[in-house]
Amino acid sequence: MATSYLAILPELILIILAAVVLVYGRHPKGDTKRNVGLLTAWGALLALVVTIGIWWAGVPGDVPTSIWGGLFRNDLVTMVFRVLFITAAMVTAMLTVDVKRLQHGEYYALILLGTVGFNLMAASNDIIMLYLALETASISFYILAAFATDDRRSPEAGIKYFVYGAFASAVMLYGLSFLYGMTGETNIQALATAIVQGVDIQGLPAGGLTSNPIITIATILVIAGFGFKVSAVPFHFWSPDVYEGAPTNTTALLSTASKAAGFSVFLRLFMSGAFGSPNQQNWYTVLVIMAIFSLVIGNFGAFWQTNIKRLLAYSGVGQAGYLLIGMVAFSPEGAGSVMFYLFMYMFTNIAAFGVVILVSNMTGSDEIEDLKGLSRRNPWLAIVMLFALLSLAGIPPAAGFFGKFFIFRAAIDAGQWQLALFGIIMAFIALYYYFNVIKVIYLFRNEDETPLPVPRVAGFALGICTIAIIWLGVLPGGLFDWTLEAARAYFTG
Amino acid sequence: MNAIPISWYLIVSAALFCIGLYGLLARRNAVAMLMAVELSLNAVNLNLVAFWRYVDPNRPAGIAWAIFVLTVAAAEAAVGLALVISIYRQRDSVITEELDVLKY
Repeated sequence: MATSYLAILPELILIILAAVVLVYGRHPKGDTKRNVGLLTAWGALLALVVTIGIWWAGVPGDVPTSIWGGLFRNDLVTMVFRVLFITAAMVTAMLTVDVKRLQHGEYYALILLGTVGFNLMAASNDIIMLYLALETASISFYILAAFATDDRRSPEAGIKYFVYGAFASAVMLYGLSFLYGMTGETNIQALATAIVQGVDIQGLPAGGLTSNPIITIATILVIAGFGFKVSAVPFHFWSPDVYEGAPTNTTALLSTASKAAGFSVFLRLFMSGAFGSPNQQNWYTVLVIMAIFSLVIGNFGAFWQTNIKRLLAYSGVGQAGYLLIGMVAFSPEGAGSVMFYLFMYMFTNIAAFGVVILVSNMTGSDEIEDLKGLSRRNPWLAIVMLFALLSLAGIPPAAGFFGKFFIFRAAIDAGQWQLALFGIIMAFIALYYYFNVIKVIYLFRNEDETPLPVPRVAGFALGICTIAIIWLGVLPGGLFDWTLEAARAYFTG
Repeated sequence: MNAIPISWYLIVSAALFCIGLYGLLARRNAVAMLMAVELSLNAVNLNLVAFWRYVDPNRPAGIAWAIFVLTVAAAEAAVGLALVISIYRQRDSVITEELDVLKY
């Protein structure tokens, strides 16, 4: 019993912290304005330390177990994703400390509650739990996207995200209801067994359900719902608008943690075989097509963008394509490299958006032109952005190189060399627009070349991200071994 | 006992879902789009309750799920209407075609 409570200790800490932050920062004045952000960051750090602590204490155990009546999966995958989400929340809170219009207790409380939702998504072992966790995270993010009510773009981004998001989750839920109806199970493992071996329900054909058309339709509906979450083509259309309009701090968290949460559920559902093995199923083809189109539309869409947040949004669509290649490899190596990629993408994208936050705080807009002469205005920010863009482009010594390398290797090992080759070609095309931004930062002059001040806390957050990018780019082995070991948990059943 | 076959419920629920989808695509008023989403969620609820009754009436999973969906839909409606109000305060309009600050 004690194990059950220990296993959800990080979430309990985050919920209590959210309540404290909400009360403490309700009408912040004076020092409280910054302290509420610092409290969030320190509290998230505590949750991170506790997570790693219970990991070392052996709470997940060697064999994956289900606790809380089969709702919660207590395994290494949960731990890996938890570390990712809590780190992302902590770094985002640090970047928000000195952003004037977001210094409210509600903002931080919603970040923390969204993180709880992400954690539970990665941990959920039951489709009811999965739906509730997904909505906890989504509803928090609808508000976070619309938070800057003084900016015309922010509520518009919020309502666009809300309408599409709510409908996407209704579509997904409709699909899940058919899975329940065909098998009478809500537990993911029980679902998988029921689909592969068949169930004894009156009126249903005997034997397995893997080729049942209703299961196929349900699967496609579920893929549509999660495709929205991870902004894969053709469910990507919301992402450029929402990324641009939402406050950049929200965008930083949305583009990394939300995408990672979507993939954590994707992996949980598909790698556990809830929809049968890839050889028998149509979902496999659907995912391959989504990967190809995400790569094409993401990378070519980014060419014409003049706004740095829109450019990063399209780049995020492209990155979802690489991640889907890792998924369709359908092996522990593939799943492990997806998790590694999500980790490095989290640090990379938060660093890139962090620079955008600091620049647009000074200039008031977030066009690529505003980055002109950044290397003279603040060389450190320019270096952070350089490493972030190199990492997104996949060039050593930044972490993105190994992220792509592991994914392509897993795809080739799984016999998907055509997809891997296509991914490599698209990575070369993507170089163009990433280097375009680097060119603007380093070669162009700006009329206004006053130095850009960097608040200490935000600088520290960017430092963490940059060190992580370089560290994962030079010594990726440690993290990759962890994620690979975690990914094996999917395949033990 | 089961005089009405389950397919009748599923057809009604599929029709409701399609009406929701149509409403989302065809309506220009943000509040009406919100209603369309709620309609789709109710289609899901009908599905869940029908499946629970016909497939697995001895365990409460389906009916409990339907109650969770209702609760989440209420929370979603609250947030959605709040967002509509914040848009209305800025522009005196809730017509989605006029939301064009963000464009390609």
